[in-house]
Amino acid sequence: MITLVGVGNAYRGDDGVGLAVAEHLRGRAPVGVRIVSCEQEASRVIDAIEGADAAVLVDAAFSDVTPGTLHRFDATDEPVPARAFRSSTHAFGVGEAIELARALGRLPAVVVVYGIEGEDFAAGRGLSEPVAAAVDPAARAILADLAALAKEGEPCTSER
Amino acid sequence: MSERRTIRTDYLARVEGEGAMTVRLDGERVEHVELRIFEPPRFFEALLRGRGFAEAPDITARICGICPVAYQTSAANALESLCNATLPDPIRILRRLLYCGEWIESHALHVYMLHAPDFLGYTGAVELARDAPAAVERGLALKKTGNALMTLVGGREIHPINVRVGGFYRAPTRRELGAMVEPLERAREAALETVRWTAGFDFPERTVECELVALSQPAEYAIERGRIVSDRGLDIGVAEYDEHFEELHVERSNALHSRLRERGTYLCGPLARYTLSYDRLSPLAREVAAEAGLGRECRDPFRSIVVRSVELVYACDEALSLIAAYDEPDTPAVSVEPVAGTGYGASEAPRGLLYHRYRLDAEGTILDAKIVPPTSQNQRAIEDDLRDVVARNVRLDDEPLRDLCEQTIRNYDPCISCATHFLDLEVERR
Repeated sequence: MITLVGVGNAYRGDDGVGLAVAEHLRGRAPVGVRIVSCEQEASRVIDAIEGADAAVLVDAAFSDVTPGTLHRFDATDEPVPARAFRSSTHAFGVGEAIELARALGRLPAVVVVYGIEGEDFAAGRGLSEPVAAAVDPAARAILADLAALAKEGEPCTSER
Repeated sequence: MSERRTIRTDYLARVEGEGAMTVRLDGERVEHVELRIFEPPRFFEALLRGRGFAEAPDITARICGICPVAYQTSAANALESLCNATLPDPIRILRRLLYCGEWIESHALHVYMLHAPDFLGYTGAVELARDAPAAVERGLALKKTGNALMTLVGGREIHPINVRVGGFYRAPTRRELGAMVEPLERAREAALETVRWTAGFDFPERTVECELVALSQPAEYAIERGRIVSDRGLDIGVAEYDEHFEELHVERSNALHSRLRERGTYLCGPLARYTLSYDRLSPLAREVAAEAGLGRECRDPFRSIVVRSVELVYACDEALSLIAAYDEPDTPAVSVEPVAGTGYGASEAPRGLLYHRYRLDAEGTILDAKIVPPTSQNQRAIEDDLRDVVARNVRLDDEPLRDLCEQTIRNYDPCISCATHFLDLEVERR
C-alpha cells in the first residue's frame, strides 16, 4: 500500500499547500494509493504512514528560495534537512516524526518528502499567488512518483 | 566588568513576532525577559464576526492542532449558556468523554515527546527513542488511544466535525463506545507506568508562588465546565471573568498579558488543577500520586510532568467510568434558538483555562468574539519564572543558559509547537 499524506494548517496561509495538493490528488492518484490529510500536530504522521509500503509526504517548506519552488527529498535512508532539528527542541515537526518512526523501526520501506516553498505563514486563509500556482505542477510531479511506486513497488529515481 | 549579552531562541523564526524568547543580561543583572507567543486568536476573533453562531465550534477548532476539543467546548458552552440550552446527561457524558480523549493525546505528547527528554539528557524524542524505544512506544500508544477516542466521539478530524451547539451531529452507540474499553484499560496501565517513570526523574527544587486558577466542580475533577476558583479565595461564575481578569498591552510589543485585576500574576494548567481539585481525582489517581511522592498540592513547574502523568491516569479512569454510565440519547443534540446578548464559556484545555465570549444579535449572528487561551494567561507567570531562573544562573555560559530557559518554558507546555506545520529547511545550495 502507498500512503500519501498532505500536511498543513489551512488557516496559516501557505502552510495549507500540502493539504491543497493532497485534495488535488484525490481521484487522480493511481488505484491503491491512500490519501490522508494531517491537520493536527505532526506526530500523527507516524500513525498515518504506519503499515504502508511506501509513503509520500507533502508539506509547505521555507528555505529562502523563490515561493512555489518544489523540493523533493528521498527520506528513505537519511533525514530531511529540517532546520528545526538544530534550532529548537521544542517543536515536534514532520522531520522529527519521520526520524522518530525510523528510530522505532516503523518507517515504510520508501519515504519521499515533497516541500513546496511558501511565502506567507501568518494566520489567514488562502495560498499566496506563486504557491497556489505551484499546486498543479507539484501534483503532477507527485503523480509520476506515485505511478512509478505503484507499478514497480519501488521509488522513482529521477530527480524531481 | 559588565558584559552585555542576549540569549535568544526562535521557535518559529519564519513567522514574524511569534514563538520567540529573548533574555538580555547586563553583567549579572537581568535586563529584559520576553516570551512572545503566537496570537492566532486575534485572527479568529475577526474571522468570527458576522458568522452564524452555529459555526463557532467548527471555526475555533482550527485554532489549535493539539486541542481542538477545548476550543469547540468553550465555544459551545458560551453559546449554550446564552441560549438557555440544557444538555441531557448522555450528551454531557459525551462532551466529557471527548475531552478525556484530548487530555490523553495532548498530555502523552507533551510528557513523552517534548518534556521527558529534558530530564534524561536528550535533545529530543528522536534521541530518546534510540535509547529507550519501549518508553517512547508507550507514549505513542497512549496518544493513539486518546486519538481513537477523539475520532470516535468527535468525528473525523476533517469535516464534518461532530461537535455542535446543543450537542453532537451523531451520538455513538453503546456498542461503539464499548469497543474502547479494552484499549482504555491498557492505556490506564500505560498511564500508571508513566507516573512511575516520570516520578523517578531528578527534579531541581522549585516553587512558584503566584495565585493558582482553575475551573472547579463540586463532585468531579473539572474538565469541560465549572466555576472559576483560585487558591486565594476567588470563586466566580464564568460570566464574571471580565470583571476579575484583564488583558494589558505590554510595552514595546503587540502582546496582551492577562492578570487578575488588583491581584496580579496567576497560573492556570495542571499544577493549578491538581492543587485545587486534588480531592476530586479518582482513588486510583490519588493513590499513584502519593506513590510518586506528590502531596495534596504541587507548585513545582518541573514536577508538572508528574502531575500531567497523574492526569493521564485520571483521564483514562474517568473515560472508562463515563462509558460505563452512558445511555444513548434520544436525539444527539437539543435544538438551540439564538438569543441576543453575550454568552460566556470556559473549559480546562490540557494547558489550562480557555475562555470564550460571544455577543450575538437576535438572528444569531456573531457581533463580537473574545478568546483567551491558557498560554496568554500564563505568559506573565512564565516570564516571572524565567527571570528568576536566569537571575539564579547568570554565571552559566550562553548555551547551557539557553537550554535551562527552554526547559523552564517547556515546563508550562505553552502553545507554541502546534502553530504551523511547515518544514523549515536548511538547504545547502550549490
